[in-house]
Amino acid sequence: MSEHKVEMTVNGARLAATTEARTSLGDFLRNEGGWTGVHLGCEHGVCGACTVMVDGRAVRSCLMLAVQADGAEVKTAEGLAAPDGSLHPVQQAMRENHALQCGFCTPGVVMTFAALMERDGTPDEAELLEAMSGHTCRCTGYQGIRKAARALAAGTVGQGGGQ
Amino acid sequence: MKPAPFDYVAPRSVAEACQILAEAGGGATVIAGGQTLMPLLNLRMSQPFILVDITRIEGFTGVARTADGIRVAPATRQADALADATLQAHVPALVQALAHVGHHQTRNRGTIGGSVALGEPAAEMPAVAVALGATIEIASTRGTRRLAARDFYIGPYMTALEPDELVTGITYPDWGPGHRWLFREVARRPGDFALTGMVGALALDGERITRAGLCWFAMGPIPVAMREAEGALVGQTLSGVDPAGLAELALSGTAPFDDSHASAEYRRTVGRRLFEKTLRTALEAREAA
Repeated sequence: MSEHKVEMTVNGARLAATTEARTSLGDFLRNEGGWTGVHLGCEHGVCGACTVMVDGRAVRSCLMLAVQADGAEVKTAEGLAAPDGSLHPVQQAMRENHALQCGFCTPGVVMTFAALMERDGTPDEAELLEAMSGHTCRCTGYQGIRKAARALAAGTVGQGGGQ
Repeated sequence: MKPAPFDYVAPRSVAEACQILAEAGGGATVIAGGQTLMPLLNLRMSQPFILVDITRIEGFTGVARTADGIRVAPATRQADALADATLQAHVPALVQALAHVGHHQTRNRGTIGGSVALGEPAAEMPAVAVALGATIEIASTRGTRRLAARDFYIGPYMTALEPDELVTGITYPDWGPGHRWLFREVARRPGDFALTGMVGALALDGERITRAGLCWFAMGPIPVAMREAEGALVGQTLSGVDPAGLAELALSGTAPFDDSHASAEYRRTVGRRLFEKTLRTALEAREAA
């Protein structure tokens, strides 16, 4: 069982710790960094709740080892809002459209959408919904998420166009 | 849901990786993107002593044209391959299949080599390699060898790869300008493992089919090549092929399984329709996605 010095940037702050090889990135972010916006659900890559951004890409933090993220730039849901507290467009769109049910999977959904926004500028609704397939399970809260995706694609977030 | 303890190494060269695999005597497991392996580790269905991460090996990512076709380095991320202009132009069947491999979030980590080397029976990448006649490059401290994808798969998660060997590249032949590609799968949710699916290519000389490569996935313990249907297609003209007449031939050799998602009978019935539809679309050169 090897121990490794792991160092990464999380939401702009340096996070360094010694950890076992088997520690997942999700556990590392929660336990070593206190970033509890990372929600671990199924822990085998099905539910998508633990999705974070690694070097600008949405990845499942339960399917990546902390050692594999050595030197990486990581962003969690806590890193989306501006320093003054104003929400990221994705967060704003979710809020305006009541795009959540119990909220457990929401940080993962938000990170997936935010990664697409960062990569594409304005992904269309179809792209956002296709990426949503990595989060879909048995909830009934999807209509709000669809509306949020539509608002993001149409660029109507923050214009009081919510529910 | 936490993996059993293991050691972890991230070699920087193929020689170093092969040395580690040779010394581990079968106790090592290679990890690339880990999108299939990590669940197995978390569920403790796989308990290696040492994990060898190959994603930091020099030159292990990227796509290049070679004399033999288009070579994909093993640690190339699925998302990067999906967006690669060379693959889009010369290996369209691979790109079409990639859009169905897992989800956006797993394609950002998952690799081409990892999927090819693992040999999950329902996965798209092994079937693409078999259908297109890809060659798999293998290295160990004993030397290097090349193996046809058709000879690589033995059973579920079982390949011709010895415990001390590493996949160092996959080369897909160029099927030529204007070749027809085929891809279709049925899954419960976009990105889920396929219940049945097929992939292939038809090389053409004018209207005549000069070469055919077709393969099923999720229709047996390994990717099942449709050898008899391939043979029947070669020499025919595009307008002369009867897809419905070939369906039975295409299904010969399949051994679909019963599981919680679908029965073998369902897979066979849907597979037959899927074959007819996909082949017809390719013959008429409409988008077969």
